Amino acid sequence: MDAIILQILNGLDKGSAYALIALGLTLIFGTLGVVNFAHGALFMIGAFCAVTLKKLLTLSYFVEDPTKTDFLGKPLKVATPYVQSWFGESAGAAMIDWAVPLAILFSIPVMIGIGFIMERGLIKHFYKRPHADQILVTFGLAIVLQELIKTFYGANPIPTPAPEVFRGSFDFGVMLGFDPNAIIYPYWRMVYFAFSAVIIGAVFAFLQFTTFGMVVRAGMADRETVGLLGINIDKRFTIMFGIAAAVAGMAGVMYAPINSPNYHMGMDFLVLSFVVVVVGGMGSLPGAVLAGFMLGILEAFASMNQIKAIIPGIDQIIIYLVAIIIILTRPRGLMGKKGVMEE
Amino acid sequence: MLGLNKKDTLLFWIVAGMALLAPFLLNPFPEGSSLAQMFNAGYPDLMQRFVIFGILVIGFNILFGLTGYLSFGHAAFLGIGSYSAVWMFKLVGMNVIPAILLAMIVSGIFALLIGYVSLRRSGIYFSILTLAIAQMCYNMAYSVLGNPASNFNLTNGETGLQLSLDDARVLGESVTADGALPVTNFFGLAMRSSYQMDVGGWLFTFNVGYYLSAIIMLISFYVSIRIFRSPFGMMLRAVKSNQQRMNYTGLNTRPYILAAFVISGIYAGLAGGLLSSMDPLAGAERMHWTASGEIVIMAILGGVGTLIGPVLGAGFNEYFKNILSKINDQVLHDWLAFMPDGIENAMVGFLHYFVGKGWHLTLGIMFMLVIIFLPGGLVEGGQRIANKFGRKKNSDETKQTPAE
Repeated sequence: MDAIILQILNGLDKGSAYALIALGLTLIFGTLGVVNFAHGALFMIGAFCAVTLKKLLTLSYFVEDPTKTDFLGKPLKVATPYVQSWFGESAGAAMIDWAVPLAILFSIPVMIGIGFIMERGLIKHFYKRPHADQILVTFGLAIVLQELIKTFYGANPIPTPAPEVFRGSFDFGVMLGFDPNAIIYPYWRMVYFAFSAVIIGAVFAFLQFTTFGMVVRAGMADRETVGLLGINIDKRFTIMFGIAAAVAGMAGVMYAPINSPNYHMGMDFLVLSFVVVVVGGMGSLPGAVLAGFMLGILEAFASMNQIKAIIPGIDQIIIYLVAIIIILTRPRGLMGKKGVMEE
Repeated sequence: MLGLNKKDTLLFWIVAGMALLAPFLLNPFPEGSSLAQMFNAGYPDLMQRFVIFGILVIGFNILFGLTGYLSFGHAAFLGIGSYSAVWMFKLVGMNVIPAILLAMIVSGIFALLIGYVSLRRSGIYFSILTLAIAQMCYNMAYSVLGNPASNFNLTNGETGLQLSLDDARVLGESVTADGALPVTNFFGLAMRSSYQMDVGGWLFTFNVGYYLSAIIMLISFYVSIRIFRSPFGMMLRAVKSNQQRMNYTGLNTRPYILAAFVISGIYAGLAGGLLSSMDPLAGAERMHWTASGEIVIMAILGGVGTLIGPVLGAGFNEYFKNILSKINDQVLHDWLAFMPDGIENAMVGFLHYFVGKGWHLTLGIMFMLVIIFLPGGLVEGGQRIANKFGRKKNSDETKQTPAE
């Protein structure tokens, strides 16, 4: 029992990331009808927002400290981050420590801006082109974004640790009444799961309970009619694109401590997110979330040693296998709606 | 000639001439000059890549160009072909012909299986299915089937499958007399052997491997012309323009598309087999989905659905990759030396990001520009330029849409 719970927990953090990216992909697909291959790049840019903020906060000036010397005997230069001199020593240190959560605030405007530029500048011109062209142009954009990040940040992963209090693990099993040391779980993964649950809830609430969300849902169902009612649906869809970009970006920011950001992390997640979207059903938001968590947990179970002993290497291919089986048996995916992308 | 009409014959001979004279055409600058360092591409390794990727993209074009089914997993067949060819070298003999044949057969079988599964759906689903299956193949090649500790080590994982000194070959010896690995050959002609011709300041290299690949490329090109002009090709085009209507007329289109998928898979396997024949080493990174993306890029750059497009696209992509990665800051400084120092430094600092290690960026931008402004690729670009200069041509000919 404790082993099963441990695997479910292990699947949650990856599942959350899949679910968040797939949610954004589905939002874009459902509203604009575009398959966005650059969505993984948005996730990656989000992670690099965390890196950037960390770098900005640790920008320092150097003061020669005559009392200390380095190993060559010269006076040691002591680096002091500007934030520490502006906000005081402890507040500045705390800001640097909390760089990743702060980066969420930083990433939202950045990502919404990037989303706007992408939609208005590029994708807008591709609505009437074939789907193959949309896939290709966003794929090209993903390459360009990825290479831009590589030129500025280099090819190596950049460690971006979580705040001090969230480092390390805790004994989750004891809380549930199991033996000590049965279920050890890192704090930050728990935070990640809670965070993604909040974001997913917020997106659903926004679509469900606001007038804006209602109009967007109406537009997803029948764009033309909503347009005929005199509502500027294109503008709202652009905003939804920005929101989808922000969701991907926030997923990336929070993922930075789990996996040090590198320039191709987006591409790695992208393929899996597509699989998630297809399994969940094109255009179905709950389907994307459900499939994201399901596949994440399945992947965690498949990487258990007991299962790998029976079928070696199953953890590498389980997601794809499940996806192939589901597409062939339930072509619409788990919760796909009738009439969306059926050929 | 050979069942081609006049125009296609001309096209075929142009490609044949370009391929066979490539050692001259690609070496326009005298040996040792600075321009030669940069722009000459007439060395065997690169020329082989031109024609081999040409084969790959010609095959891809039969699927994507004719039927409009965008496969995002074609690199899997390339990898499968490479692995099978290396296994043939390891187990049977160093002659390339059986290896290439095995590569084609194995990749054909895989294409049949993968195609059967993924052609159940069309459109985006097909792209994503092929992407998922190819990525699954990559993962399997990389880890599951490549565990050196297991008895079932087909791909040798991260290191890549390569020849070793204790391969037990049925035909031929495992080690040559001087203790080296035997080389791949075509009935005794080693693939890597070349004949060098010194004319004045120029040095031309004629490589056995290149000519073998070029001849195979020409055969593949001929076959692809025949497919384009055949009733079968017509059927595929009909699928692209309106599959639903085809179905309504009571015709089952799936066998036709599956046939196209298998043919293009065999082409990719052939290219993989040739790659291994030139250098008997097969790695999983050949199957990664970004490699599949590169195939798509080459096809688009050249012009999808045209005959000559794939060859142009493959050559263009490989050539620019090669040149761009060779340019470094020093070269840029030399080129821009005529500018005032300040501007020169600024320009070099700016261009630095687009050359050398940054060539991916340039190719990515180029690819996007082509998709946005020239969906028909270089071929369409050429046609537009030709039209602009008002060449008095038959309007039927100039108006041939690239994505027909």
